[in-house]
Amino acid sequence: MNVLAVVDAQTLVDAVGLGAVYALMAVGIGLVFGVLRLVNFAYGQLVMAGAYTLAFTSTWPVAGSIAACFAVVIALSLLMERAVFRPLRTSSPAVMLVTTFAVAFLLQSVALIVDVRDDTIGEPASSVAPLNQAISLAGVDVRKVTLVAVGVAIVALGLLALLLGRTTIGLQMRAAAADFRTARLLGVRADRVIAFAVVLSGILAAAVAVILTVQNPLVSPDFALKDTIVVLVGVVVGGIDRLWTATLGGFAIGFATGVINGALPTEQTVFLPSAVFALVILVLILRPAGLFARGRGALVERV
Amino acid sequence: MTRRLGSTVQLLGPAAAIAAVGFVATLVSRANEIYFLNALVSVAIVVAIYVFVGNSGVLSFGQISFVAVGAFAAGVLTVPLESKVGVLPDLFPFLRDHTVGSATSLALAAAVGGVLALVVGLPLMRLSGLAAGIATFAVLEIVHNLLREWTKIGPGATTLSLVPETTGALQATLGALLVVVVAFAYQRSRLGRLLRATREDPAAAQAVGVGIHAQRLWAFTLSGVLCGFAGGLYVHMLGSITTEQVYLELTFITLAMLVVGGLTSLWGAVLGALAVSGLDSVLGKAEEGSFGPDLPTGSRLVVVGALMALVLILRPSGLTGGRELSLRRRPA
Repeated sequence: MNVLAVVDAQTLVDAVGLGAVYALMAVGIGLVFGVLRLVNFAYGQLVMAGAYTLAFTSTWPVAGSIAACFAVVIALSLLMERAVFRPLRTSSPAVMLVTTFAVAFLLQSVALIVDVRDDTIGEPASSVAPLNQAISLAGVDVRKVTLVAVGVAIVALGLLALLLGRTTIGLQMRAAAADFRTARLLGVRADRVIAFAVVLSGILAAAVAVILTVQNPLVSPDFALKDTIVVLVGVVVGGIDRLWTATLGGFAIGFATGVINGALPTEQTVFLPSAVFALVILVLILRPAGLFARGRGALVERV
Repeated sequence: MTRRLGSTVQLLGPAAAIAAVGFVATLVSRANEIYFLNALVSVAIVVAIYVFVGNSGVLSFGQISFVAVGAFAAGVLTVPLESKVGVLPDLFPFLRDHTVGSATSLALAAAVGGVLALVVGLPLMRLSGLAAGIATFAVLEIVHNLLREWTKIGPGATTLSLVPETTGALQATLGALLVVVVAFAYQRSRLGRLLRATREDPAAAQAVGVGIHAQRLWAFTLSGVLCGFAGGLYVHMLGSITTEQVYLELTFITLAMLVVGGLTSLWGAVLGALAVSGLDSVLGKAEEGSFGPDLPTGSRLVVVGALMALVLILRPSGLTGGRELSLRRRPA
């Protein structure tokens, strides 16, 4: 409990906010991994594309700007699925990961070319900035966007649980995640299930884009890149094989980042990434199969 | 006899390609020499990565962190004593008060890279395939963060300069050859074959008593040694370096080289490094406007990224098909 002694309520609120955003990203990555066994490294670039859309439409009404953001991100997700994921469906997980790594750098470079047309790097997205105002709750400053992030995360996870548990398409997605080939033999239409997972993951990316842009209104080509790396590592630490452990892993690494940030002395906060990733390696030593995995995982995957 | 000849070709082919590039480097103008040196150092880095990734089949995004510590170790240790106190005042005394020759600094860079790889490999190599690959990002992030912020071990966020530029055409060629020879010797050794067995079928390899963790750790450490060495070559070629130069973009470009050439063969690593490095140099010159109108900044990475994705989708085993160089035509 002495960790909590040095961490005040403010830090905890911010940590929960960050954890909620990372949990959303983790769900987006985990959904696609479930049906395709594909770790989408370019997920952060979907968020980046959404953020640029918000920046370029900042003269529009807020609702229109956010709608455009969702439209662009979902369209880009579907394009990515059609152009990259589908031809790779039979490849090994490592090949798929490297390909999405290439796609990530490709999209980032395209963003750079688009961005530096006005000779500056970074575009401000001002229309959504009002959400960043703080409101005071019992002496703790809570930014509105933190409430939005936590709210969106809870609602999204709740809806997702209903969707996966109560609907036919959800059942098909779970079946596909458990054993794709058998699911297809039993009449699950692969393209439909995959497209559905990709759209859901795109919706989540767009939501994350809005939240992150509110928190950090200067959009640059490497927007959300660091966050994606952190979330990917978090997803692995939590256990990538199941959606819930992956999501918990995403939340945990966000929460831990927030808490460590608050606990480190001010002059040491530059070492925050080292502290977080050192913690990750420690967890991996103790629980190589994943922090939330049940029992001991087999060393060899799916033989 | 034929087998002997076959294996000689597997080593001599890559070696000849490296020697040819090194020879051309001595012929071209001073301004263009850097592109050829860069290609040779890229070969060293990519082959060093290949030793682990190619032989084990486990993806790693962390090998560039060993290049980074090698580069900064070799760089910091060779800055002339009389300027060191002035430009790097915060260093630990043992780093501040000693300066070694370039050759010694390469050996030390290799040692530092190897020790770091061994230390981080111990926990990380226990993870299975995909998870291990992603977890290596943790290493890249920690090393980048420490090198960038901790001024007791390096220049921090500023540029490390005044490093002697001792990697010329000869040194780059010999360095790349050394890395290739070590990689070749390893993959033909007993350890190399054991590791390749775990790549082809982990369950079967384990069943006949191959320890996956130990074999991967060996290769990871050897790869760290070679990466550190290549990092030393790199810093002595550049003369000045920042932490951003040995971070995500270098990780991306070296992985692209390995993938384009073919992940599972030494010949693929060498060929991919030379091909992508050549393309990268041409595009870099085009961005500067050497061939008519300027390409916008960033188009270099767009082309390399698109090429890498295309190769992976259309020909996932790379230009060489993941095979070593051979004189005989193999049945398709």
